[in-house]
Amino acid sequence: MAVIPVERKPLTLAERTYIPQIVHGLKTTFRHLVAPNVTLEYPEQRPEIPGGYRGVPTLVRDPNGREKCVSCQLCEFVCPPKAIRITPGEIASDSAQAHVERAPQAFDIDMLRCIYCGLCQEVCPEEAIWLQTQYSMTGYTREEMVNHKDRLYELGGTLPDAHLKWDKKKAAEDAAAHGGHH
Amino acid sequence: MTSPAKTELVTVNIDGKEIAVPKGTNVIEAARLVGVDVPHYCYHPKLSVVGNCRMCLVEMGMPAVDPATKAPVMDPATGRQKINWIPRPQIGCATNASPGLHIRTQTPQIRDCREGVMEFLLINHPLDCPICDQAGECKLQEQSTGYGRGYSRFVEQKNVKPKRTQLGPRVTLDDERCILCSRCIRFSKEIAKDDVLGFIDRGSYSTLTCYPGRKLENNYSLNTVDICPVGALTSTDFRFKMRVWFLKQTNSLDTESSVGANTVVWSREGVIYRITPRRNDEVNDTWMADSGRLLYKAVRAESRLTAKESLAALLARAETILRLSPGLAAVVGSGQSSVEEQFLTRQLARALHAPAYLVSRTAAGDGILVSADRNPNVRGALVTGLIDTLPQSYLDELGAAIDRGEVRTVVSVGEDLMAAGLSATQLAKVSIIHLGTQVCASSVAAAVVIPTLTVFEKAGTMVNQQFRLQRFAKAVAGPVGAFDDLEVLARLITAAGGSAETSDLAGVWGRLATEVPALRGVSYAAVPETGVVLDSSPWAALPFVEGESLHHRPARAVANV
Repeated sequence: MAVIPVERKPLTLAERTYIPQIVHGLKTTFRHLVAPNVTLEYPEQRPEIPGGYRGVPTLVRDPNGREKCVSCQLCEFVCPPKAIRITPGEIASDSAQAHVERAPQAFDIDMLRCIYCGLCQEVCPEEAIWLQTQYSMTGYTREEMVNHKDRLYELGGTLPDAHLKWDKKKAAEDAAAHGGHH
Repeated sequence: MTSPAKTELVTVNIDGKEIAVPKGTNVIEAARLVGVDVPHYCYHPKLSVVGNCRMCLVEMGMPAVDPATKAPVMDPATGRQKINWIPRPQIGCATNASPGLHIRTQTPQIRDCREGVMEFLLINHPLDCPICDQAGECKLQEQSTGYGRGYSRFVEQKNVKPKRTQLGPRVTLDDERCILCSRCIRFSKEIAKDDVLGFIDRGSYSTLTCYPGRKLENNYSLNTVDICPVGALTSTDFRFKMRVWFLKQTNSLDTESSVGANTVVWSREGVIYRITPRRNDEVNDTWMADSGRLLYKAVRAESRLTAKESLAALLARAETILRLSPGLAAVVGSGQSSVEEQFLTRQLARALHAPAYLVSRTAAGDGILVSADRNPNVRGALVTGLIDTLPQSYLDELGAAIDRGEVRTVVSVGEDLMAAGLSATQLAKVSIIHLGTQVCASSVAAAVVIPTLTVFEKAGTMVNQQFRLQRFAKAVAGPVGAFDDLEVLARLITAAGGSAETSDLAGVWGRLATEVPALRGVSYAAVPETGVVLDSSPWAALPFVEGESLHHRPARAVANV
């Protein structure tokens, strides 16, 4: 291996006093002393969440309070880390939502597994699962980190629905029952 | 029924590929042989052809001949015989192979036809896929992806028809999803011989329904669910239980009778969700009885036996009992055990110098896929030499031996001795070592209970009424506290003072192939999925109880003709 000798240049007087370097450093310090803050006093202050943010996945209801999930299990299928667990169920025939037929009996998302990829939201044919703005999930036990169905609805709340396709379905059924379009 | 009677071969040309097929084979089956998919809904290989879905349209042509001289007309461009193509498409299901038949399935005309047919079929089909149990195995879903136009031009209102109709105790009908293919109607009429289904009304009002006052409640009703190409007919038991794409399929056998219908067990993570038939043209075609589909419930039944002790502790107690009264034991084998277990049961009886019994179960057969012999594997016991005559329903001989004091210990391999005719006082006189999966009078009275596995939790073979050796595979793992039958039997043989036996399937098969004459040359791994027929001549004189069924004519019926 070739050895290249490097000549060390002697320091100048200014360099030997260190004063220019100290002044240069203090300039940076004083500039930031008067510049506006870039940090937040978390957790008292919370950041503003930009649109399209992928937070904790949640389940939502439609404006009429109907749970939108029909437990088709596509999100369970697509979920890369297998964080989602659904037990499908049937809606009771005396319920006002009986025409929807299916709803989840149990719906668990293991937030220790979730990677916030948003594929569940993308695949959902009913627009029932949304990654919203909630980003902070903490807990003392593994069980606490599993979001069950009631917690998912509590986090999700209500989202507007442009289609209300099940309401249309019900209206068509009612019209047919009263001699409308067969 | 499209199975050709003659074996005369004719050459047809499908998408440029020549293939020789039996004369009379229809175009869908011929195309399948060259790897060309002709989409279809109403056609089913085991049902009559009606041609009402129009999905299997193909272009068809015949070699041109001069009308006057019958000389072939040659095409100067290609130097081959000219093909006269029929200008309009034909349905493949009702077009039978004839010499020189030419078929095209990939032309623009056919693509347009398929798009058009798909569009009509989807007009009134609800967009139910998220809540439809058929999703994932739905022909309409698959073929609208493969052959549909991809978007809808339909702006009118879709039809409203009855949803959630209970056609019978096991079948739920959603009329909106029905595409009127009539497979279920033809199945009920032709195979189940219970003509209860039909269409009423005309045009878009057409609705599938049951005959007034009747129900779809025959023991084959769930086959209509299997053959329904869409989600119109669904199984009430499986409804909304699990998506099919999660389920693992394991080949198994229907153990409810000696027909041995081939099945697929659908399970996910150790839980079985449903059982469906598997096609075997020599045994069950594509059908199975409803009763056989419920057998998986035994796996997680309340009455399932499990042990809190280890197998070693149970076997130590069993050994103590066997040593107490040497030479005074009896072994009751089972026609529900596999061939391998029956072989080890025979070895156990020999090691104990004990007589071996089998319990027969009989009931009326239905002439289709449930035979009179409700044990799936009595012939296996004959083949392995566990028994040499047909079993009786009741163990009267064993009962008399117990009363005479000649038997002090009974090893029951999966049989309920009380149900087999022994009285409570007789059971009290003997020490019972009971192997089994469910709580029964025999397990309650037993001195040692060794829980074992159900047919879904182990692998093996069975011999059906045709002397056809068929394999079944392990679908799910057994519960904690239940032990593999072969291991239990092998260690019982050692406890009884016999030579040490191998307890794994391969080891037992090594011995079966050498020691059992009927299985000479047969290896477990080489048994095809459709089974292998064994030489039944040594047992030809036995009066088997089975009557005639789908693919079985008993020897005496044949002899009477």
